[in-house]
Amino acid sequence: MYSNPVAALPWYLPVDGAAHGPALDRHLILNLWLAAALFVLAHLILLTGMLLRRTTAARRTTLVEYLPVAALALLFAFLTIRSERLWAASRYTGADPSALQVEVTGMQFAWYFRYPGTDATFGRTRPQLVEPGAGNPLGIDPADQAGTDDIVASELVLPAGRMVDLRLQAQDVIHGFFIPGMRVKQNAVPGQTIHLHFTPTEPGTYPILCTQLCGLGHYRMSANLRVVTPAEYAAWLKERSGGQP
Amino acid sequence: MTPSAESRAVPRSLLRRVFTTDHHAIGLGYLALAFVAVVAGTLMSLVMRVHLVWPDRLIPLHGPVTPEEYLALVTLHGTLMLFFVLTTAPQSGFGNLILPSQIGAREMAFPVLNALGLWTTVAALIVLLASSFVEGGAAISGWTAYPPLSAIASAGPGQGLGLDLWLASIAIFGVGSLFGAVNTLATIVAKRCDGMTWERMPLTVWAWFTAALLSLIAFSVLLAALMLLFCDRHAGTSFFLPTGDLVNGTLHTGGNGSPLLWLHLFWFFGHPEVYIAILPGMGLTSMILANFARRRVFAYRTMIVTTLLIGLLGILVWGHHMFVAGLNPFVGSAFAISTMAIALPSAAKVISWLATVWRSRPSYPTPMLFALGFVSLFVAGGLTGPILAQPILDQYLHNTYFVVAHFHLIMAMAGIFGLYAATYYWFPILTRTASMPNGRLLSETLGKWHFWTTFLGAYATFLPMHIAGLAGEPRHYAQFIGIPNAAAQHLIDGAMGMQRHITYSAIFLISAQMLFVVNLLVSWRRGELAGENPWEATTSEWHRPASNEWIAVYRAPCIYIQHSGNESGGEVFLPQWVPERKPE
Repeated sequence: MYSNPVAALPWYLPVDGAAHGPALDRHLILNLWLAAALFVLAHLILLTGMLLRRTTAARRTTLVEYLPVAALALLFAFLTIRSERLWAASRYTGADPSALQVEVTGMQFAWYFRYPGTDATFGRTRPQLVEPGAGNPLGIDPADQAGTDDIVASELVLPAGRMVDLRLQAQDVIHGFFIPGMRVKQNAVPGQTIHLHFTPTEPGTYPILCTQLCGLGHYRMSANLRVVTPAEYAAWLKERSGGQP
Repeated sequence: MTPSAESRAVPRSLLRRVFTTDHHAIGLGYLALAFVAVVAGTLMSLVMRVHLVWPDRLIPLHGPVTPEEYLALVTLHGTLMLFFVLTTAPQSGFGNLILPSQIGAREMAFPVLNALGLWTTVAALIVLLASSFVEGGAAISGWTAYPPLSAIASAGPGQGLGLDLWLASIAIFGVGSLFGAVNTLATIVAKRCDGMTWERMPLTVWAWFTAALLSLIAFSVLLAALMLLFCDRHAGTSFFLPTGDLVNGTLHTGGNGSPLLWLHLFWFFGHPEVYIAILPGMGLTSMILANFARRRVFAYRTMIVTTLLIGLLGILVWGHHMFVAGLNPFVGSAFAISTMAIALPSAAKVISWLATVWRSRPSYPTPMLFALGFVSLFVAGGLTGPILAQPILDQYLHNTYFVVAHFHLIMAMAGIFGLYAATYYWFPILTRTASMPNGRLLSETLGKWHFWTTFLGAYATFLPMHIAGLAGEPRHYAQFIGIPNAAAQHLIDGAMGMQRHITYSAIFLISAQMLFVVNLLVSWRRGELAGENPWEATTSEWHRPASNEWIAVYRAPCIYIQHSGNESGGEVFLPQWVPERKPE
């Protein structure tokens, strides 16, 4: 299913195809090893303490009381700073102005992806016009000219190497937009437009899952992210926009 | 003979006996209620686990499990376990049974309010269980009930009357918890006996005190949130509903509210709630380790401070449930720091437990084993806390099985180990009657089998969930088959072997609990008679003052002094209630 021959990274992480992914994975794996080491250490101390001969000598406690906590405080501070830098890099600022604009809408139980078309403007939508049966699941208003060239797809197709700026929306209830292979997750909340940006690097097909309980079909609410080469992307876009450049 | 035991010896009408204001009977009532809830909640988890890996298997007397039934089970399982087991049993059950005597009080401060609390909670449980039998079934929106899924009846089966009953149940439960919290706080503040200074209070009392404070703060906010949600559903308000929200054909055209407001209010309650569940277990672990290690609790004052600190920080970390919910990313950073901070008082507690046991050559009766198991599971579940506290990692791990592993280890398993430690330790007090003032002990043989199988089962069930989560598998999926997308199905299939292992382990873990049930049933009637102070404890729940006796304590708990001429562990223990050193 994955284009990448490596099926699983250490700790069973799925293939990582985003520009920010490797740093996130390294930080996650560091955290996992540290947690495993502290788990073993705590159990070794507990077992040793249980097995050694009993002492009744008075103990100096101040050092034991504060030194390990101080050491852990330093360790947690280090991890916090390291992770905050990654978080800041991917979330504190918006996407590049040159980023590809795609609107993502979650609804019970499907994802829809809207591309703004040649005019680079999303047409207006109105919930009253939503009619999935008539091919208008997003309620695009035909009265708005900007909407006539909008492309609505049921898969997310992105060119490798270009940043994408997703506008997440939800039509009905809260949905969780999760692409494990891109190491991103962000809830789509009704009444809000939430921006999420990242740069896919590895071409391939990545599942998009819902990670916020949204009703009885929650488990089957999925779609695909297809990362393709820029040339393939241009061809796809051309085909979807009816041959217009 | 305790005063309560005396009064029970007087024949009374059945009604008076049932609607008693005696704290001992009320405590047992809460435990019985929690037992019903834990049995129901556990059987539900068994059905879920079986359904996940053998989706074609029919459930006896029922048939196949539909997705909405699975989600109703998720909702009921979470609600039962969180509210009716982990909040009720440690805080209200053992709180009522043990707290008064541990501070030298003969009863709780407000006996009638106390009885009212129990019967309110019973009513809440009945309403919750009844919600499964209404049209559409029980609610399917999980114990967190995020709107708009929970705000609009058309959002799914169970979101109509089922969800109304869920709201009613939790609101009634919240009122009962407030009664209990007020009673607990008043009892600790006003009813301590002579000599029971704040610093001499056992750590269990400090835990009940802190948890009651948290209950007061958290449940007040939850009640308000439930009320607002009820108004959104039935009074045309729009606290949590944005304009233009279109749910399954129902268009909301009213005011413009925000679902995020519910998340804030809910988690402002929800996070303290998990500390309400675990703090009593932490306090008891400290006391039990010290008791069987024959040692003072290491850094007693620091343990009091860390209990309060965990309570305080516990109300400042709710945003870590919302890193990917759509908050400003700076808010995520702030909550990451407060959440990392709460790891430090928790770590200080673990260090105190390790230092208390260090080179003590403790004895290992069953309560001690469960207390040690609590330490192990608390460490195992606690260490993934700082990982999930980092927003950048949470944006991968949020709502995957990694989170399920985390909270089941630290809250469910550590919590239940705390409850088992309490049950094995205090069973003589639970089984006290007028004719048998010392009560009975649970069987040690069955107890040890129970401990080791449960300990093994807990790790075998919940450790592999981390791996499924790291592989990207989301929680709340009603089935792992039939996903109409090959890439998504492939990802889910990758963790299927692990999921099968988890189900086998869960079946083992649940079966092992039969050892406890058998032990409980047999020992309640025929268990070995306990001595006056069977664990040689220093805290005064083991003291049975005569009805006219002046109750006082003379020192801190867990004081052991060296027996002269005997260097290898011949300490004399000094109970809090004994005026002078015992003659050697």
